Amino acid sequence: MPETFVKQFDTPAFKGEVSCPLGLYINGKFVDGSNNTTIDVINPSNGKLITKISEGTPKDLDLAVEAAQKAFDTTWGLHTTGVQRSRLLNKLGDLMDKHADNLAALEALDNGKTFSWARKTDIDHSIRCIRYYAGWADKIHGQTIETSEAKLTYTRHEPIGVVAQIIPWNFPLQMMAWKIGPALATGCTVILKPSEFTPLTALYMAKLVDEAGFPPGTFNLVNGYGASVGQAMADHHGIEKIAFTGSTLVGRKIMESAAKSNLKKVTLELGGKSPSIVFDDADLQQAVQWAAFGIYYNHGQCCCAGSRIFVHEKIYDEFLTRFTDYVKTLKVGDPFDPDAFQGPQVSQQQYDRIMGYIESGKKEGATVHYGGERIGEEGYYIRPTIFTETKPHMKIVQEEIFGPVCVVVKFKDDDDIVAQANDTIYGLAASVYSQNVTRALSTAHKIRAGTVWVNTANMLYPQVPFGGYKQSGIGRELGSYALENYTAVKSVQVNLHLSLS
Amino acid sequence: MAQPVTINVASTGRKITVPTGLFINNEFVPSVDSKETIEYVYVRMLREHPASREICDRCINPATEEVICSIVAGSEKDIDIAVAAARKAFKTTWGKNVTGFERSRLINKLADLIERDAQELAELEALNNGKPVKIARDFDIGDSVACLRYYAGWADKILGQSIEVDNKTKFAFTRHDPIGVCGQIIPWNYPINMWSWKVAPALACGCTIVMKPSEITPLTALKLSELVVEAGFPPGVINTVPSLGSVGGAALSSHKDVDKVAFTGSTVTGRRIMEAAAKSNLKKVSLELGGKSPNIVFESADLDQAANWVGLGILYNTGQDCTAGSRLFVQDTIYDKFIAIVVEKFKQMKIGDGFDEASGGGPVVSKMQYDKIFSFIESGKQEGAKAILGGEKRPGKGYFVDPTIFVDVTPDMKIVREEIFGPVLSVAKFKTEEEVIEIANDTAYGLGAGLHSNDANQCMRVSQALEAGTVWVNQYNILTNNVPFGGKKQSGIGRELGSYALEEYTSVKAIHWNYGEKLDWPL
Repeated sequence: MPETFVKQFDTPAFKGEVSCPLGLYINGKFVDGSNNTTIDVINPSNGKLITKISEGTPKDLDLAVEAAQKAFDTTWGLHTTGVQRSRLLNKLGDLMDKHADNLAALEALDNGKTFSWARKTDIDHSIRCIRYYAGWADKIHGQTIETSEAKLTYTRHEPIGVVAQIIPWNFPLQMMAWKIGPALATGCTVILKPSEFTPLTALYMAKLVDEAGFPPGTFNLVNGYGASVGQAMADHHGIEKIAFTGSTLVGRKIMESAAKSNLKKVTLELGGKSPSIVFDDADLQQAVQWAAFGIYYNHGQCCCAGSRIFVHEKIYDEFLTRFTDYVKTLKVGDPFDPDAFQGPQVSQQQYDRIMGYIESGKKEGATVHYGGERIGEEGYYIRPTIFTETKPHMKIVQEEIFGPVCVVVKFKDDDDIVAQANDTIYGLAASVYSQNVTRALSTAHKIRAGTVWVNTANMLYPQVPFGGYKQSGIGRELGSYALENYTAVKSVQVNLHLSLS
Repeated sequence: MAQPVTINVASTGRKITVPTGLFINNEFVPSVDSKETIEYVYVRMLREHPASREICDRCINPATEEVICSIVAGSEKDIDIAVAAARKAFKTTWGKNVTGFERSRLINKLADLIERDAQELAELEALNNGKPVKIARDFDIGDSVACLRYYAGWADKILGQSIEVDNKTKFAFTRHDPIGVCGQIIPWNYPINMWSWKVAPALACGCTIVMKPSEITPLTALKLSELVVEAGFPPGVINTVPSLGSVGGAALSSHKDVDKVAFTGSTVTGRRIMEAAAKSNLKKVSLELGGKSPNIVFESADLDQAANWVGLGILYNTGQDCTAGSRLFVQDTIYDKFIAIVVEKFKQMKIGDGFDEASGGGPVVSKMQYDKIFSFIESGKQEGAKAILGGEKRPGKGYFVDPTIFVDVTPDMKIVREEIFGPVLSVAKFKTEEEVIEIANDTAYGLGAGLHSNDANQCMRVSQALEAGTVWVNQYNILTNNVPFGGKKQSGIGRELGSYALEEYTSVKAIHWNYGEKLDWPL
């Protein structure tokens, strides 16, 4: 029988008892993995063990697929009305509201982000996202299309079926909401694989999904490693669609496996190396603060992080001074310190990777203008880092670091900056800072990215679509666009009086 | 004055407090210049304008003909004040000052509260309108709660378009702005349900409202206003001003500061509203008016099922439904057999007190309606139609009209051409599909239509050919919140329900943003 994790929190930011189940959630029940093995969950603020969760295997995935298919054929899919799906999703939203503090505490413990940011952004946004998609559930419209009076022609937007969803560790709850919201709203049944690094809020949510009254099998949770459960999902012939958020490297593998197995539909939300462009007519202090938020929010662990900051040469020195001064005020500390802005990076592995990039930056000749080191002896804390004097070919300029590390680059003219900004295999996001609307918009429209922010950064809303150009991804999440990821269009032609001679 | 009254519901023992003032800026207030109440206004109108067609009844229990209570009657000046409150809210706390997410949250909250109080509201509705309590609760109120939730879901999804003009120099996009202050005038046949159909999309789009409920059935609108406060809507977003149609309704239609008027009621009044709108400030108008909807039964139909739907079509809500299937057309080959089944079904329908669990339908809403229906029944008899069921008055109190079926009708009879708004069915025989399509469409109305057939091609052909805003195939009268509803021809203008209702409450602004084109001068 799978156990429950219970923790007493007694911190400045949060006090209380939080518990979550540790098993897999398949067909409405919490069960052990079929191998009876576990995965360690580590606290990134001190490197110590939090708890052990049940490890799922491809065999468990098979059971989940079976349950999901059965639910799709009997109690979910088009056997429910949109109104019913809407009610359940809204109930889930209500429960998330009720348990918001607990979810934030678990998220901070597991991921290392601060409790206050988790509570006011991650959890709040996730609730809005679930409610937003609850509202779409009974509004999945097709079209009636004029062909001729001899025919009635229309489309149906039907749920795809059983969908697999693999989410990352940087925004565990938020990524879960982005995935299950539209999938459940359209009538698909879901098998979710959270990151093995940050499974706790997903496990807590499984409990809430159960309490909300979703029929067994509509939502299933199979924790496990990417190489085993994730791969099995991509290969599975019983899964019609897979949605993945994570690294571009893994995204390629998933698409390849999907192609080789059953041509399942694929949407990918991958990495980025997003440019922040600061023109000389920007509101300088605002640009400094937004650009800092753009890279250091969530400890730099954002796919859309503005990690390449281009500054017009006229204001470069002034910008760099102000930027450095501002970055120095960002407090790095324990996730449960109410004043901390930045906690530890999520894992040893990530820590090593980031430090590796910092080393490579130094080796390739860039200047560590600020930071570039570990903070403290315990936990994966890295000081916010600024590199200058870089060259375009450097690894720290080309590759996604996924940590609190930015490069600040001087530029000269408007045309050149567009070329530099677009000089990347990625195309997820970009920020443009200028008070001149002509300059801001023409630049924004020329940048090859799925989201362009003008005079702001990193602001996302459930109703605005998000996704990548180029190797940053395929498809769009959020907004009405996400519904297309989970519906299959059927055209129906009814012959009234066209005779075949 | 504007003090709440306590109503004792005899059948259930429940005590319901009902506010009696005008609801403006989240408060119940007396009229500024009129001491009239809905009860006394009736008497005054009768004395001064004995032939006036705007005579209304007091808040009377149609099952017992007893006065329930008196409420404040709003005047033209009160409407002014309500409109000013709605305008202020639109400029400060509502309209573009509130996010779709917040509007969604509040509308959902209101739905939850109505659901919580469903039994009490149902009893009040039954008392004032006459319909059975269980139907009021499970259908009227159940559908209303679902309607509010449906539109709560739209509130943060009011999308415009971005449109390619010239990528190098220009950018064009549309905004779907809330229209502004909306006057909403609703009828007495489904007080709560009509309230929700109007309020939900208007609020979802960000409009503010001055609601004029029917002077015959204002009580639930006032009770719902209490829930509006409890849900947390800012003052002035929704205002409720019960008044006579000729006073409040006319004032809203001709008000210079009302941006849009939405009306459900008779075609006669609908015309007046549109005229007043045109003469005043060209406010936008949507109308949902009367009907004389055909229900057609073909020989291949499942006769038992068709008879059930025919029954629902004319007897639901005691025939007081704009989409009532009041003209039945039966194919000659099954005529005798089908009529016999229909008569049996109609006999099983019990019209009685709304608080009697056995009642499938209640009394008609008022003396005026009762007299009108019986005058149609008389005219039917006089013009030569034959009543094979009903058609006679019951002894005793209460405006009870029994299910009535007229056969041997001709197309020119009053009972066939005009909307009766009661449980009175006229039946005609037909031979061919072409013939029945023509007679079914031979009406100035175009609200609903039904057809019953097991021939799929026939279903397609006939549903395409019928001139009605809603065509039911092998069904009747069932509406859902996500499917649009409204009239063709003189049954109305515009659509309610579905995504289409949003268009009634948004105003499209196109923005052309030049960021690269220089204009040479002189031209």
